[in-house]
Amino acid sequence: MSDHPQSFWSKYIFSFDHKVIGIQYIVTGFVMAGIGALLSILIRLQIAWPGQPIEFLGKLFPEGMPGGYMMPEFYIALVTMHGTIMVFFFISYVLVSGFGNFLIPLQIGARDMAFPLLNMLSYWVGLVSALVMLGAFFVEGGAAASGWTAYPPLSALESAVPGSGMGQTLWLLSMALFIVSFTMGGLNYVATIFSMRAPGMSMMRMPLTVWSYFVAAILGLLAFPALTAGAVMLLFDRHLGTSFFLPAGLVVGGELVQAGGGSPLLWQHLFWFLGHPEVYVLLLPALGIAFDVLPAFTRKPVFGYRLSVYALIATGALGMIVWGHHMFVSGMSPFSGEYFSIATMLITIPMAIIGVNFLASLWGGRVIFKTPMLFALGVVAFFGTGGLGGLFLGNATADIQLHETYFVVGHFHFMIGGVTLMGTFTAIYFWFPKMFGRYMSEGLGRAHFWFTVAPFYTLFLGQHFLGLQGLTRRYYAWDSYQYVADALPTNVLLSVAAFVLVSGQVLFLGNFVWSIFRGRVAERNPWQATTLEWTTASPAPHGNFGEHIPVVHRWPYEYGIDAGGEDFADQSVAPDRAPVTA
Amino acid sequence: MSNGVTETAGSVSMPVLGRWDGGSCPFDTGWRKLMMWVFIVGDGLIFAGFLAAFGFARAMTAEWPDQSQVFHLSLIAFMTFVLISSSATMASAVGCARDGDLAGASKWVFLTLLGGALFLGIQAYEWTTLIGEGARLNHNPWGVPLFGAYFFLITGFHGFHVLTGVIVLATLAWRMSRGVATSGGVELAGLYWHFIDLVWVFVFTCFYLL
Repeated sequence: MSDHPQSFWSKYIFSFDHKVIGIQYIVTGFVMAGIGALLSILIRLQIAWPGQPIEFLGKLFPEGMPGGYMMPEFYIALVTMHGTIMVFFFISYVLVSGFGNFLIPLQIGARDMAFPLLNMLSYWVGLVSALVMLGAFFVEGGAAASGWTAYPPLSALESAVPGSGMGQTLWLLSMALFIVSFTMGGLNYVATIFSMRAPGMSMMRMPLTVWSYFVAAILGLLAFPALTAGAVMLLFDRHLGTSFFLPAGLVVGGELVQAGGGSPLLWQHLFWFLGHPEVYVLLLPALGIAFDVLPAFTRKPVFGYRLSVYALIATGALGMIVWGHHMFVSGMSPFSGEYFSIATMLITIPMAIIGVNFLASLWGGRVIFKTPMLFALGVVAFFGTGGLGGLFLGNATADIQLHETYFVVGHFHFMIGGVTLMGTFTAIYFWFPKMFGRYMSEGLGRAHFWFTVAPFYTLFLGQHFLGLQGLTRRYYAWDSYQYVADALPTNVLLSVAAFVLVSGQVLFLGNFVWSIFRGRVAERNPWQATTLEWTTASPAPHGNFGEHIPVVHRWPYEYGIDAGGEDFADQSVAPDRAPVTA
Repeated sequence: MSNGVTETAGSVSMPVLGRWDGGSCPFDTGWRKLMMWVFIVGDGLIFAGFLAAFGFARAMTAEWPDQSQVFHLSLIAFMTFVLISSSATMASAVGCARDGDLAGASKWVFLTLLGGALFLGIQAYEWTTLIGEGARLNHNPWGVPLFGAYFFLITGFHGFHVLTGVIVLATLAWRMSRGVATSGGVELAGLYWHFIDLVWVFVFTCFYLL
């Protein structure tokens, strides 16, 4: 199947191969991450030095920062686009679409996805979606400025703010394309995992990475339709004169809007019905990846495999019914608030099981501190820290106090930004040898780890404290409020941390590019891991496995055994050649 | 791409495989049908999103127009009957195709196609009549503006699905006439067509009756 010659275009550009598509997603995602990070630098400049001109930026953004002074509309557009790009076009592309594509067929012992053509289409529609989103910066009025949540009326009235015009239309168009792309990918994930597993790869022998992608894909497929419906209605409101999300008697800019009877709250329900499951779509793969990486560097099985599977499923199921906890301040009835609080608190049970299983997987292990392991430990640490903040915010009573403050910003950057970022880097350093047949530099990797973790903790733990102090988020000129004036020195510190964090990623970029061409050549199974992708060559050939696909005889965590001089056995090792422990 | 059972070398010790133990699809069907089912669930949830929004709007609106004054319910009942009948003809087509009688199947597909086209025709007539009476996306003569907005949104979205289904059936009929259609293909088209009919039952109940 891999014998026929392929041109450069069909091999690397319009490829059906899930590994190439995965790498295309990963590279696209990192380019988008670079753009998102530059936006965050502009945001942090305004927060730490509010109202102070920066001359050369005035030349770069003549409309957004005339004379170097940041315009309020530009600031809010930056926040909107930073959030949208990082959530949908970085984390989702690299972690969910990129590594999902790369890993699922390899880890379940399939030659490719169920429907490779659909897979390729998913990437190309996704790329167009990303380009449309970036294009919004160059249209009249600039990019969308209604937050990554696109709340109406800001997003529904073209006259609300400059970004509500063409920029918002492009935002919606881009999201529509994104949903199409995600749906095509998700259909493939589910169908592939159900029907393409190698003989012997029962559901309960799948690596937790595959389990996490399985749950994430189902969650996404169930949750995105609500946003699709909402987005269609929002487009109607914007361009066809309906008022699904516009209440009667709305006054904007001193003028009464001719609209009747709708409700902006309806959008919030539809958006968060997607929005909350979406954070688990991104978070769960990071947890699954950490579960697969930890045992390779402690040389012992993960703790509580079965329970972790159940916890992933329970988290996904509960994640579908708690969207209201993003709307505690919308004036919902206390009874609804009570329900959403309790349901949210219930999620801490499966989440705590996963956290404890992480720790127990480390317990008593002989930890080998290679770069992937450092980042996997980062997943565990961030999951703990961020999860603690979630306890405060899941509770309506505390959330109403904290909701509009930097406490929330700090919390979601730890979870949706941090756990996922750590998971992304864990995956990159761990599977890079399988992708390119070479190791990444260990020294640069460790430096990258510390230049990521230290400023990250400073920046986002710091934001928790600013939030407790009452510093409001979203405000462009936050310093005009006397009661938070003494937050200025802290904000300067946090901005410096942000700059260190972003510049620290240059270490990664350099390492990545250098290692593709000059890295130490990697053998078939460089980490002595047990899952199926390590049974094939590095880099894995087209069709993944040689003449025969592997037969699976054991669970994915056969570590710490005595198997003829080795302490592990991969999943395809027959029972007569190594003891079967689970 | 085959799933590997036949590729496995006989020399490797082969475990006894249960339904969920890999090597084949646990549902005794291919990934195509599985994907169609998952797609239908997702598409159904878009309708659920619209109908939930509609319920939200109804709950917060004090005065909703009386549908029996606005719509010609006997006409709507007739178009519902047409669409449900087309589901029956589609089921016959799938049955014939499964028995290998592709000539019989193409006859039933053609009847289904007619049913879908008739439904669309009646819907076009209904829309034209209501627009003639002054119904628009942002206002209508019977009450709150949301009434017209949701009417055109939901029936339009469903009509768009019927149109897609008619195109799918036409493609299928064309493939049948060239002799390249498979019974699996007929079944996939059938799944989608039944889904469209089922959704209409919910749209009909929620929008026209409740």
